[in-house]
Amino acid sequence: MGAGTSSIFRDFLRRLFRNRLAAGGGIVIALLFVVAAVPSLVTDRDPNRIDILRILAPPSAEHPLGTDELGRDVLSRMVHGGRISLEVGFVATGIATAIGLVVGLIAGFYGRWVDGVLMRFVDIMLCFPSFFLILAVIAFLGPSIINIMVVIGLTHWMGAARLIRAETLSLKERDFVAAARAQGAGNLRIIFRHILPNALAPVLVWATLGVAGAILVESSLSFLGIGVQPPTPSWGNILTAGKDNIEFAWWLSVYPGLAILVTVLGYYLLGEGIQDAADPRLKGR
Amino acid sequence: MKIARVLVAALAFVLAAGCAKEKQEAGSAGPVGSDAPAHGDAIVEGSIGDVSGFLTAVTSDSASHTAAGYVFSGLVRYDKNLKLEGELAESWEVSPDGKRITFRLRKGVTWHDGAPFTSEDVLFTYRRMIDPNTPTAYAEDFKQVKRAETPDPSTFVVEYGKPFAPALASWGMHVLPKHLLAVYPDISRSPLNKKPVGTGPFRFVEWKTGEKTVFEANPDYFEGRPYLSRVVTRVIPDPATMFLELKSGGIDMMGVTPLQYTRQTETEEFRKLFHKYRYLSFGYTYLGFRLSHPLFSDQRVRQAIAHAIHKKEIIDGVLFGLGQEATGPYKPGTWVHNPDVKRYPYDPQRAKALLGEAGWKDADGDGVLEKEGRKFSFTVLTNAGNESRAKTAAIIQQNLDGVGVKMEIRTLEWAAFINEFVDKRKFDAVILGWSIPQDPDQYDIWSSKKTGPKELNFVGFQNAEVDRLLEEGRRTFDLEKRKKAYSRIQEILAEEQPYVFLYYPDALPVVHKRIHGIEPAPAGISYNFIKWYVPKDQQRYTTFQQ
Amino acid sequence: MLRYIARRLVLTVPLLIGISLISFLVIHAAPGGPVEMATDLNPKVTAEARERLRAYYGLDQPIHVQYVRWLGRMATLDFGQSFSRDGKQVSEKIGERIPVTLAINVLSMLLIFLVAIPIGVYSAVRKDSWFDRISTVVVFTGFAVPTFWLALLLMILFGVKLGWLPISGLVSLEYDSLGLAGKIWDRTSHLLLPVFVSAFGGLAGFSRYMRSNMLEVIRQDYIATARAKGLPERKVVFRHAMRNALLPFITILGLSVPGLLGGSVIFESIFAIPGLGQLFYQSVMSRDYPLIMGALVIGAFLTLIGNLLADVGYALADPRIRTE
Repeated sequence: MGAGTSSIFRDFLRRLFRNRLAAGGGIVIALLFVVAAVPSLVTDRDPNRIDILRILAPPSAEHPLGTDELGRDVLSRMVHGGRISLEVGFVATGIATAIGLVVGLIAGFYGRWVDGVLMRFVDIMLCFPSFFLILAVIAFLGPSIINIMVVIGLTHWMGAARLIRAETLSLKERDFVAAARAQGAGNLRIIFRHILPNALAPVLVWATLGVAGAILVESSLSFLGIGVQPPTPSWGNILTAGKDNIEFAWWLSVYPGLAILVTVLGYYLLGEGIQDAADPRLKGR
Repeated sequence: MKIARVLVAALAFVLAAGCAKEKQEAGSAGPVGSDAPAHGDAIVEGSIGDVSGFLTAVTSDSASHTAAGYVFSGLVRYDKNLKLEGELAESWEVSPDGKRITFRLRKGVTWHDGAPFTSEDVLFTYRRMIDPNTPTAYAEDFKQVKRAETPDPSTFVVEYGKPFAPALASWGMHVLPKHLLAVYPDISRSPLNKKPVGTGPFRFVEWKTGEKTVFEANPDYFEGRPYLSRVVTRVIPDPATMFLELKSGGIDMMGVTPLQYTRQTETEEFRKLFHKYRYLSFGYTYLGFRLSHPLFSDQRVRQAIAHAIHKKEIIDGVLFGLGQEATGPYKPGTWVHNPDVKRYPYDPQRAKALLGEAGWKDADGDGVLEKEGRKFSFTVLTNAGNESRAKTAAIIQQNLDGVGVKMEIRTLEWAAFINEFVDKRKFDAVILGWSIPQDPDQYDIWSSKKTGPKELNFVGFQNAEVDRLLEEGRRTFDLEKRKKAYSRIQEILAEEQPYVFLYYPDALPVVHKRIHGIEPAPAGISYNFIKWYVPKDQQRYTTFQQ
Repeated sequence: MLRYIARRLVLTVPLLIGISLISFLVIHAAPGGPVEMATDLNPKVTAEARERLRAYYGLDQPIHVQYVRWLGRMATLDFGQSFSRDGKQVSEKIGERIPVTLAINVLSMLLIFLVAIPIGVYSAVRKDSWFDRISTVVVFTGFAVPTFWLALLLMILFGVKLGWLPISGLVSLEYDSLGLAGKIWDRTSHLLLPVFVSAFGGLAGFSRYMRSNMLEVIRQDYIATARAKGLPERKVVFRHAMRNALLPFITILGLSVPGLLGGSVIFESIFAIPGLGQLFYQSVMSRDYPLIMGALVIGAFLTLIGNLLADVGYALADPRIRTE
């Protein structure tokens, strides 16, 4: 920790933004955040205001993205839905990351049979088609937003656990850990003070992709009728409402579809860019 | 713009005809040649769900019952005007005391395997219906039977402990073949549940689970061979896909949504290929209150909510006008419907007044009414996957918001819904629907004896007069007496509003134009299915032998 | 070699037990039971009939008894009888559906294999070129687009507007009366869209993985050596680099099974394909416990097999392991 770090960081940022795809992704994500946080920047309309005289109206000055099957403004629903989709993505990934961290750290640090048992557990979980599990549990417990977040989190932590375990394994042999131990630091302190901060980097990339994935899972759940429940808007359920009208009310399908596409793409490109930029070995060619 | 559309359609047709191997070109504008009834061709229907079994007694989903209807027959059925007529029974007599029905069965009817149909089959069916080994949900009506006899092969006599008006209709239950099922203690485990043999107009050909069911015309059917040679039902789980299949000719018939009916089937190309039908279906949607809930125990509150709900908005916004406002649990146009009951026109002022009378005021000006410190807020439950109900709930939410009532909407998946909330009575209000049976007896829904857990009077409606009238209604065969009893019941229900009756939706079937012979009637369009035909030169599926 | 396989097989046993336990726990998270679906709001049902059905299905036993009984039967692949009305054995019902799902998944994997490898290789060799950038965006579009949306758009384009391909299902109605060539074309045309949609999503991950593997390999010393020896670039790429980059790729392919199975729920519904995904979805909605557990276990089992095959393939290809 010292002056060296900030210039490393600046280097990292410079490399990242030279990658135009990643930069593009970053901008998209940033825009999304801003709009989700302050919806009134884009529109003041009530996303739940029903207007049966304007059911499935095409885009117009009054409704820039058209209206849906109950005459509600699509732009406003997209904006509020974006916030919900983001929330779901973040909390679900947060839960997954937390679980993955705990499992990975413990497995990597304590090794031997603890590692063996935990990794077997990871293997078992990896065998299940995660969507099958999610489907079953949500169907049984009900599609509340909380359930959706928790269940997605509970079925996607395995990747993070493996990454963290690998990092922990290599980090624990390093000098600074030996030094800390020589100074009398206990295990827990070593894990949280020394190993964790250094193991975080690859997990961040993984988490970026995780948020994107969670948005897609929510849209699949909505297609099956057990995603975020209307009238609360989410991109997934707007898209699903649009699918039955796909030819005659294209705006109800195209806009949420594009939004999901661009957002997930943005996250992916950004995540990949971070990975490339952070890995000094791949510098230039 | 229109020309371009027509050109694209024509191009699609040319390409489809070119690429397809042995498909005939679908009959389009105007027939060339005679329109006369002809044997042949097939009709392809789309279904969201697959059949789960072919024996009606042991299934409860509509896909299975529809399929079974092609293969099996009951003693009686409903004609085009919804009057009971004989199917396997040629005629019947009800004894003067109303306790005995004597059915005279048709002679010369054979099962699809050639064996003769006799009264023994009817007796066998009855015995199995009340048999504890049979996992049926429809035993109740048959348990009222005291004695059943078969004096000769074409007579079946059944005696009830007390006169039971719904009895006649209950004999519409499909009759089972004794000679094929007697060896199986549990008919749901018999091969017949997968390969049915009946007396109906169509014979079973094959069932590819999850894919399709195929039936072919029964040349020995006692009403004459149906014109159509084949009936195929394709399983297509997604409604969007089904609509696309309809338009590209993959299926010939489906029930469309109000939205599709009004907005997506009005193009010239579509009307050239399809007939659209519309008739009031046999069900109604309602908002039900848990009557023991402190919010809803006051009748004025329920009536206020009825006034606050803009039913016309729902019918226009959800049904696109394809339905009618409901005033009670019976369908308009039927003999038992009473149009002169109390109505609740949209009147938010009146609603607020009534709520005020019941003690609800908005003291703190936050837009939500309070009384004794408690806000008027509740949660309505409805089942997931039903677009109309979800939209209806959203509209009601907005309506109620206008009079200071806060309603949250919660959609639950069906199994959880029924078990956790309705059966265990953990709900405030629900938006659900009932199908309206042809016989007007609705004892199970309104009787105070049916308010136990898992029973159907889950709102907890208790009215002594209604109880008495329900008994009267089911214990006489005299139509006049029954009508009087049920009319009064409808008056009481309208006054008490245990439900806010919302609407009767229309059924909206769309059928390919090449299929002739369809005549809409109060019973719908399928009552004369065996008379549907395709003229010789418009037939499309000609590769089946018949 | 054989010892390697044997060791892997033995390791799968605890995995299988863990799988069965988790499946069992999952389905017991459910309130409500299958009886409720069968005898729902039909006015003709009485409480007595319901109780009869409940005892009939054995739901009145305590949980651990149910689990042990089930575990015992699972060992013989007997998942019991489905709760649904047709009363078929679970293994029979799943067995009916597996061929279709497997066929589509195998074809998908093949398609991914054939397309992702060239894309990955070329992107690595021409890193940061136009091709690299554009192919990145295209493959990630495949990942980022909701399956059912893409499926519907393609159906409308190819099925309705152009009429080139059928919209849904596995075969046409006139299938039986077609000649052999007709039958082959019929099946193929029905499978084109589903396989494409299924594969498109997986392209991203695989081509990127191939790309990064190639990038790793290319920087290795032995590649520099090969070049120094004067070998033509093409030989360098194909003979040396690709071979080595390919190995881990095979492992990854085995890992794609759960993802493909999970995705099948959606596209089987849209394309009206009677596969395992559809069966699972319906069994969940109708609380058909034996079928749910059977499908979860078999799904996991298929993954295990996929992994095993991948490991064996890897071992065959990598001489270092072979001579162990």
